[in-house]
Amino acid sequence: MNNLKAKFILKNFIKVLLLLFAVSVAAFALMTASPIDPLKANVGQAALGSMSQEQIAKLEEYWGVGQPPLQRYIAWFRDFVRGDMGISLLYRQKVTTVIAVKLGNSLFLMIIAWVLSGLIGFLLGSLAGMNRGKPIDKIIKGYCLVISSTPAFWIAMLLLIIFGVWLKILPIGLSVPIGVEASGVTFLDRVRHAILPAVTLSITGISNIAMHTREKMIDICDSDYVLFAKARGESSWQIFKNHGFRNVLGPAVTLQFASISEIFGGSVLVEQVFSYPGLGQAAVSAGLGSDMPLLMAITIISALFVFGGNFIANILYGVIDPRIRRGGVGR
Amino acid sequence: MNNRWNRRKTLVLWLVIAVVFLAAVCIGGLFCEDAARATDFSRKNIAPCLKYPFGTDWLGRDMFARTVRGLSISIIIGVCAATFSAVMAFILGVVSATMGKTADTIVTWIIDLVMGIPHMLLLILICVACGRGLKGVILGVALTHWTSLARLIRGEVLQLKEQIYIKTARKLGKSNLYIAMKHMAPHLLPQFIVGLVLLFPHAILHESGITFLGFGLSNEQPAIGIILSEAMKYLITGKWWLALFPGIMLVITVVCFYTTGENLRRLLDPASAHE
Amino acid sequence: MDKEKILEINNLKISFTQYQKGMQQTELSVIKDLSVTIHAGEMVAVVGSSGSGKSLLAHGILGILPYNAEMGGEIRYCGKPLTEKNIRKLRGKEIVLVPQSTAYLDPLMKVGRQICKGQKDKEKKHRLDTIFEEYSLDKKVQEQYPFELSGGMTRRIMISTALVENPKLVIADEPTPGLDPKLAKRAMEHFRQLADMGAAVLVITHDLELALETVDRVQVFYAGHTIEDASVDDFEREETLRHPYSRALWRAMPKHGFHYIGGVQPYVKDNLQGCPFAPRCDMASRECQGEIPWKVSGSGYVRCIL
Repeated sequence: MNNLKAKFILKNFIKVLLLLFAVSVAAFALMTASPIDPLKANVGQAALGSMSQEQIAKLEEYWGVGQPPLQRYIAWFRDFVRGDMGISLLYRQKVTTVIAVKLGNSLFLMIIAWVLSGLIGFLLGSLAGMNRGKPIDKIIKGYCLVISSTPAFWIAMLLLIIFGVWLKILPIGLSVPIGVEASGVTFLDRVRHAILPAVTLSITGISNIAMHTREKMIDICDSDYVLFAKARGESSWQIFKNHGFRNVLGPAVTLQFASISEIFGGSVLVEQVFSYPGLGQAAVSAGLGSDMPLLMAITIISALFVFGGNFIANILYGVIDPRIRRGGVGR
Repeated sequence: MNNRWNRRKTLVLWLVIAVVFLAAVCIGGLFCEDAARATDFSRKNIAPCLKYPFGTDWLGRDMFARTVRGLSISIIIGVCAATFSAVMAFILGVVSATMGKTADTIVTWIIDLVMGIPHMLLLILICVACGRGLKGVILGVALTHWTSLARLIRGEVLQLKEQIYIKTARKLGKSNLYIAMKHMAPHLLPQFIVGLVLLFPHAILHESGITFLGFGLSNEQPAIGIILSEAMKYLITGKWWLALFPGIMLVITVVCFYTTGENLRRLLDPASAHE
Repeated sequence: MDKEKILEINNLKISFTQYQKGMQQTELSVIKDLSVTIHAGEMVAVVGSSGSGKSLLAHGILGILPYNAEMGGEIRYCGKPLTEKNIRKLRGKEIVLVPQSTAYLDPLMKVGRQICKGQKDKEKKHRLDTIFEEYSLDKKVQEQYPFELSGGMTRRIMISTALVENPKLVIADEPTPGLDPKLAKRAMEHFRQLADMGAAVLVITHDLELALETVDRVQVFYAGHTIEDASVDDFEREETLRHPYSRALWRAMPKHGFHYIGGVQPYVKDNLQGCPFAPRCDMASRECQGEIPWKVSGSGYVRCIL
């Protein structure tokens, strides 16, 4: 049985690696297809004009303009495996350095939002599902409908107006105060600057997990075993504690791990509004500025997180559910 | 058969309201084209009032006209992209379920791949690949949204294939076309239509997101994302109405699409007979 | 009978509202007219063919019908009307349900905890241990999940859920399907034991032959109506049964020749007047279309004009 589990994990792991490889190929292909000339986009038309033919040729060689795409991909891949992701054209720094800083900022934000939205969403979803059709359910359902219909960046703008412009209690942008040395930034400063983006991301993240938890909870409440529990005189709270919580936890946790992709997507928009220097904002700049090496690296890092989340979700499912944990599905 | 007001009638009522609102915005957009562009410096930066319910911007453009125009552009782009996406989902879903194991593996792989890159990021990549502009937005939204519907259709077809009445029909020598039309289509069509309608709101949200980031259209085409991204620059000066009203209208539009889809789903779902 | 009347059900009706085509709603009565009385220490079977909505009877008594169902008629418990408020207090304590299948056990909860409803008091635990011993269930089973149990074990576990309480009324909903005859008989004997201990037991089943081996009285249920109430002795011979449907059931039993009853049970949507069996009855006359009163006959009651 242990053997089986090891095999399952290994199989999933290989799949993740293959998918990551495929992502890199796809992303590379998309960028190769782009009609935007990286030289012109980054060095600038005017600067290019004033350069000598030799200099241009040197730059072109550096960015591999003349080479066929396959060759360039192989070169990129070779470097990537060695841990070298190239030089960012926008930041004039090693991509690894840029990513390390931005990812740190983003993770700070996303982890807060992920945990908050997961917990609150789970609670709201359970509450709504247990009280199906009652006012509380309608309110939660309405909230979820409105929030999932609202673009994350607009919520960000609203919060910015309210807390940043009108009430002036929270900073408008950036992850640290402007004009303060990096060493002078306290942890509290970082938190203060991350509050609004994190709240925005949490607000948007809640609706997804809440709706799914609600749906699951309704299924559970319609099940025969909850009917039997009711027939045995268990109160609503006992039913939740004994049956609802137990049965809804697995799917909810799995979903939360599988929904990392959405929080990543949301962070792209939210970071842009708050000019929070995270991965998402870097992705936008890289896209607008045709910074291929950086965009490539961000794509792969985010895919790594998404696949990693799915991978964990798959394994957790087996750990939580005794039917799989104790082997032999059904009898 | 009693005729009292029941849940299904409520569903239909909401459906009609949503469709009428969406139609009004689209038609309104056609007439607002000039009004949305007209600048008038004598009426710059007016806060919302009776004459200009949504206020005016820094060039004296009427925000109401701009919002309606922008929404209609966004709806049209969203609907086009979503339809494209849904057709793609249908074809790939059916191919995956019926064309053998290799086709199935390939399609499931592509689905996993597309789902592995966050939507927003993939949108950026596709827009970059298309050199930005309208083509990139439509293609990007279309290529990122088909996965879940394709999965649904694949699952549905796989399940249908195993149904006894379909196996019986096959044994009775009915042609594939007959089975597809007589037995499969009645199940798949409602699912497809609902899936399609529920793709609209997602498509519109992502379209507004990508244009907000500056990957989409030019300022000449004031899609809702562009209006909001312009409003961004004036937020700090306290011109809240530039962001508030277009945003609210966008939310209402998307809610309308959601309710339409959800209500259609509940009406078409045979299991809802007992509610 | 001088024993205490535990449960008395008169003219119970249970119906659903359902959407017809489009937006029209229609009412679907599944149970149209059901009456049954059970005394302390008595075991009564309500027997009807599959799909006749018998399970709803159990759900109706316990107040756990789905929200789109409506119930009419009268249910009395120990002489007092059983209201929604009362049943909330009584169910799981004095009135217990023994469900039909494993689906009624929470798949993610260990058996022992489940029987005790998640409570951990010593007295319950002790009681559970005694029951397990009596039913020759290993103590280890308490630490197992429902999917790890065999059919016979599941059955005993479900009866245990009733035994840890002090039930005055036990309602068993189809307790035997899927069990082999030996196990099925054992299961029925467990219920008999409960009745002998003084509880009133109501068994809802489609298996007349099995029921006759253990119960005291049989209620014959057909197309939403109870049509005859007879003691087990009445089932000894065909002649002592009054209603033509009961007789047909008797003849359909394997040891009495396995005779087939012509025709089909009327569908719930066809609102028939009068005796529901009339369309299939050889002796039906015009009077069968009208209202048919209960008639005392021998040791039971019957609803037939003959």
